[in-house]
Amino acid sequence: MSNDVAILGVGMHPWGKWGRNFVEYGVAAARDALADAGLRWTDVQFVSGADTIRNGYPGFIAGSTFAQAFGWSGARVSSCYAACASGAQAINTARAHILAGMCDVALVVGADTTPKGFFAPVGGDRTDDPDWLRFRLLGATNPSYFALYARRRMALYGATDQDFAQVKVKNSRHGLANPYARYRKEVSIDEVLASPVVADPLRLLEICATSDGGAAIVLSSMDYARRKATAPVRISAVSTVTPRYPNTVIEMPNFATDSAAVSAAPGLSFRDSVAAAAYDEAGVGPDDLDVAEVYDLSSALELDWYENIGLCKEGEAEKLLRDGDTTLGGRIPVNPSGGLSCFGEAIPAQAIAQVCELTWQLRGQATGRQVEGASTGLTINQGLFGHGSSVIVTT
Amino acid sequence: MTQAKTRVPAVEGWFTLDDDDPRLLGSRCTTCGTFFFPRADFFCRNPECDGTAFEEAPLSRTGRVWSYTANHYQPPPPYVAADPFVPFAIAAVELAEEKMVVLGQVVAGVGTDQLAVGTEVELVLETLYEDDDHTYVVYKWRPLEVAR
Repeated sequence: MSNDVAILGVGMHPWGKWGRNFVEYGVAAARDALADAGLRWTDVQFVSGADTIRNGYPGFIAGSTFAQAFGWSGARVSSCYAACASGAQAINTARAHILAGMCDVALVVGADTTPKGFFAPVGGDRTDDPDWLRFRLLGATNPSYFALYARRRMALYGATDQDFAQVKVKNSRHGLANPYARYRKEVSIDEVLASPVVADPLRLLEICATSDGGAAIVLSSMDYARRKATAPVRISAVSTVTPRYPNTVIEMPNFATDSAAVSAAPGLSFRDSVAAAAYDEAGVGPDDLDVAEVYDLSSALELDWYENIGLCKEGEAEKLLRDGDTTLGGRIPVNPSGGLSCFGEAIPAQAIAQVCELTWQLRGQATGRQVEGASTGLTINQGLFGHGSSVIVTT
Repeated sequence: MTQAKTRVPAVEGWFTLDDDDPRLLGSRCTTCGTFFFPRADFFCRNPECDGTAFEEAPLSRTGRVWSYTANHYQPPPPYVAADPFVPFAIAAVELAEEKMVVLGQVVAGVGTDQLAVGTEVELVLETLYEDDDHTYVVYKWRPLEVAR
């Protein structure tokens, strides 16, 4: 496939609440990725940084930050901010440069240090910013939005508190053996249901924490990879689509959906379309998947993703979960890494970390959480303000 | 000594201050007729429309709950929370004519046990927070069954 790029190396810094400078996590992850690729920093021609605003402003957490930390080498650089989708966009920017023949070897890096508690908007009186206004006027935190989706699943599809808790139980087991996961402790349904309600119906143990962490990937052209390695795992698609008008699902940080009064809603919801674009680009479908890493910002949201990526029809995610299909050993394991449930979210690193996990899975290196014989995997997430993100990885 | 505080909207231009018939103030593209809330004023966001002119559009006052939740933890600033914090509900409400869903807090004292997907609600005005001189008012949703 002419649009593939090779994953030569992956690396992560363990997730946690380390309280150190984010540059340290990013460099540690990148050093591991370079070692995994058998390359030196000076072999990197292009650095693609995934940014976040948590450390002050996007330019501060950028490709150049890591290039300087490694020692200026004159490598070309790119930096992008797309909220939770920053990592996938950074991967896509590196991929595009490689496919365009502008470089052979690119390093993608994302890292973050997070404050305690709820994510809050940037400070100041910013009455023209919906992200600021939703906190001021509604007190609508990120979990408030996750809860709206969860409550709707209960009303429409009969999802129960037990189902949501079961997602957490599953992921907590998956993450037990993952050396990069922050939470490596098995939890029971009862423990989940005993944790305090944060945003009804979602409980503390069902909402992803905010974490420090770093992840990095070394990408190259297939030609370059053939000279360096045998049969590398490859990226076959990166979907970065935006919604189609009118987007009729309420999304963070908006106050309202688009109006469908004049134009009918598109056939696919935004989240459905993110996956559809990735499948289309890779030339595969849901039946080809062996493993998926989905963005479980809440336990309930993982169930939405099952349907969005086509593992089952709308309204059938609970059955898929209850039947054990998405558990390690099941038909299509979801979040073998433990997911955000075991990691917490380090925004600019998270979408990169999803691809790191799939790389280990497809190489057969995911010790203690291996999906046997995995050869095709998909990651998916969605960034604030309409940033779609999905990556398909194949052998 | 009590002195009346000045009653002001918590955000300028988003809703009327008419207690008897409060309305969200959206806008409507005069070319294609699409509604926007918060208002659009410059370019129509319907990709099939090149419109640049808008008329003010007071939105329907009633709708049905699309989904709902309640915050049991105090949101971070810039939310101005009561001390001690009191949990409050939020509803996403579907407006039939505009075919859009609008988020709002639910009036004080109404919890998730009084809400369901499909519950009919109406728009009301309620205090969001106060300072020494002002009462800041915001729109909220109130179930019709518990109204009045």
